[in-house]
Amino acid sequence: MPDREMLFREAISLATAEEMRRDDTIFVMGEDVGASGGIFKCCEGLFDEFGSERVIDTPIAEAGYIGLGVGAAMTGMRPLAELMFGDFSLLTMDQIVNQAAKIRYMSGGQCKVPLTIRLSMGAGRSSAAQHSQSLHALFAHIPGLKVALPSTPRDAKGLLKTALRDDNPVLFFEDKMMYNDSGAVPEEDDFLIPFGEAEIKRPGDDLTIVATSSMVIAALEAAEQLAAQGLEAEVIDPRTLVPLDKETLLASVRKTGYALVVDEGVERYGASAELAAILNAEAFDYLDAPVLRIGAADVPIPFSPPLELRTIPNVEQIVETVLSQRR
Amino acid sequence: MARTNAKKKPSKKKARGKKVKAATLRVDADKLWFMYRKMSEIRLFEERVWDVYTRGLMPGLAHLYIGEEAVAVGTCTALRDDDYITSTHRGHGHCLAKGGKLDRMMAEIMGKEAGYCRGKGGSMHIADMSVGILGANGIVGGGFGICTGAGLSAKLRGTDQVGVCFFGDGASNQGIMLETINMAAVWNLPVIYVCENNQYGEHTPYQDVTGVEDIADRAKGMGLEGVIADGTDVLEMYDAVSAAVAKARKGDGPTLIEAKTYRHHGHHVGDAQTYRTRDEVSWWADNKDPIRLLGKYMIANKVAKQAELDTLYEQVDEEVLAAIEFGKDAPFPPPEQAFEDIYA
Ligand SMILES: Cc1ncc(C[n+]2csc(CCOP(=O)(O)OP(=O)(O)O)c2C)c(N)n1
Ligand SMILES: [Mg+2]
Repeated sequence: MPDREMLFREAISLATAEEMRRDDTIFVMGEDVGASGGIFKCCEGLFDEFGSERVIDTPIAEAGYIGLGVGAAMTGMRPLAELMFGDFSLLTMDQIVNQAAKIRYMSGGQCKVPLTIRLSMGAGRSSAAQHSQSLHALFAHIPGLKVALPSTPRDAKGLLKTALRDDNPVLFFEDKMMYNDSGAVPEEDDFLIPFGEAEIKRPGDDLTIVATSSMVIAALEAAEQLAAQGLEAEVIDPRTLVPLDKETLLASVRKTGYALVVDEGVERYGASAELAAILNAEAFDYLDAPVLRIGAADVPIPFSPPLELRTIPNVEQIVETVLSQRR
Repeated sequence: MARTNAKKKPSKKKARGKKVKAATLRVDADKLWFMYRKMSEIRLFEERVWDVYTRGLMPGLAHLYIGEEAVAVGTCTALRDDDYITSTHRGHGHCLAKGGKLDRMMAEIMGKEAGYCRGKGGSMHIADMSVGILGANGIVGGGFGICTGAGLSAKLRGTDQVGVCFFGDGASNQGIMLETINMAAVWNLPVIYVCENNQYGEHTPYQDVTGVEDIADRAKGMGLEGVIADGTDVLEMYDAVSAAVAKARKGDGPTLIEAKTYRHHGHHVGDAQTYRTRDEVSWWADNKDPIRLLGKYMIANKVAKQAELDTLYEQVDEEVLAAIEFGKDAPFPPPEQAFEDIYA
């Protein structure tokens, strides 16, 4: 079967539909995910195919329905819950962090929690401070949770199918600026991308850029500009932060001697800090300069476009940082 | 008087069409004119926001308040400048009714430095602490804690200020509603919870996701008085809120008021509205337009002539147009301002 060109959000609904056909314990819940197909249209078609028993419109009660997801997952179902804006995960922290992440461990391994939570992230739409955050690092910090961040429609499909088959809570982050990006997606039912497998999105020998989610796209653009200046960047997408494919990252850095991490979470104490620390510690002998990192500015995300733009990592910043690292 | 939930559930028809008995408070002509003007400000502001938004002059999303003007205006007319409100994502009406100015609001939603929040907040976060607007909110249910806390603060400081928490039918399903209202009830806090039941949360009819027909019925279980008011009748809103405010100022605790209302536009500008019929929308627009209803009342009671109302309306429209010019001409904030205002 040849690949089919589709939008990121279509890849999400395709993966969901395929898995729901395969496993009737999977059900979807969230705000306006039913007949409306979700605010970002990632559930389009699901309600028509699977009906209101398996595609459930919830009240606006995030803590409540994520809690229901935990309980349903512990007792034989495989819920897929949507939080339309990742910012709303903050209303559900007890359910995710104290309950979902820990119940298996606290019970000595008696149960499993196959709960997938899809949530959006990313600034760039002038949605202001409560609708723009990239909060994946908060969850990557919590033992018991897995965290995936696809950067292409293809990865979205392959990783979401893996999430839905995983027996653990998975936080699945989608940058809302990518929902209408298009890309080639394998149509095969059995196309899955395992967790903990980074992908080299662009090979290069001179430096390594580790980037997540939409920052992969920025890094690839920066790599083209750097190539014009004679520097070949290798761009690597870890695709899942937990579990993390350290080996692919380290192998690249050992080869190139320079590394930069780019992630849209706030830089301070962020995912970029963890990745940079690992590379600094474990590839130290191969490094020609300290590993650098770029994250969002350490401020709440402002509304006004010129302010907002100032806070999001961008291509020029990546290029400049790479060049400054070699000076 | 507005009905309390001690009585039996009303039928839907009753809730929609019920005519109030004569207001217990006498509303003088000046106040009627004031309310007519405020509702017109909101209506025209929102109509122009629609225009500004579709012309690409406004970033982000625009949630319009058209159709619900009587809730904000009836409520805020019963408040003092030093009273507090917390608003919602659909907040333009609340802010204008509580004393927000057209020009600085327009500048804010356009992302300009002259806006109330220096361009940092936008449409969903307008705040003017100087007149007690503790902020619109991007989080559904985000105002419950803040407003109840403002009520606690007023009580601890020994003032007779009150707080009004505006929230939607959708927000009434958030857990924090129970947590905060319970504390207000236990501690007799001076807070009025005004539920704007406009029948929908985004695309979902509230009946599909809410266990009660009347959200005011929940008050009983939380230990406070629940009242249902026709949210398209500004005088009924004014009466209901005035009574609740008087009670709160005396230290007799909180009230939950459910205003039955309707938004004439989509959830936000650009919403295709596949979840409701055109007939339903026109029924409300034709029969329950709060501005037209007040106009009729004023004419019937010889407070105004239609021509006078029209003149006022046109005058307000000029002011809104001037606000748009103000917003358009105002400069964007310089990017470095992103780093200001984080810590006190
Ligand atoms: C915690 C949270 N969940 C979901 C949303 C997305 N959202 C914004 S408005 C809205 C509907 C709110 O409905 P309601 O409270 O009835 O207010 P209305 O829009 O009808 O005025 C939703 C679900 C949000 N902003 N915050
Ligand atoms: Mg509503």
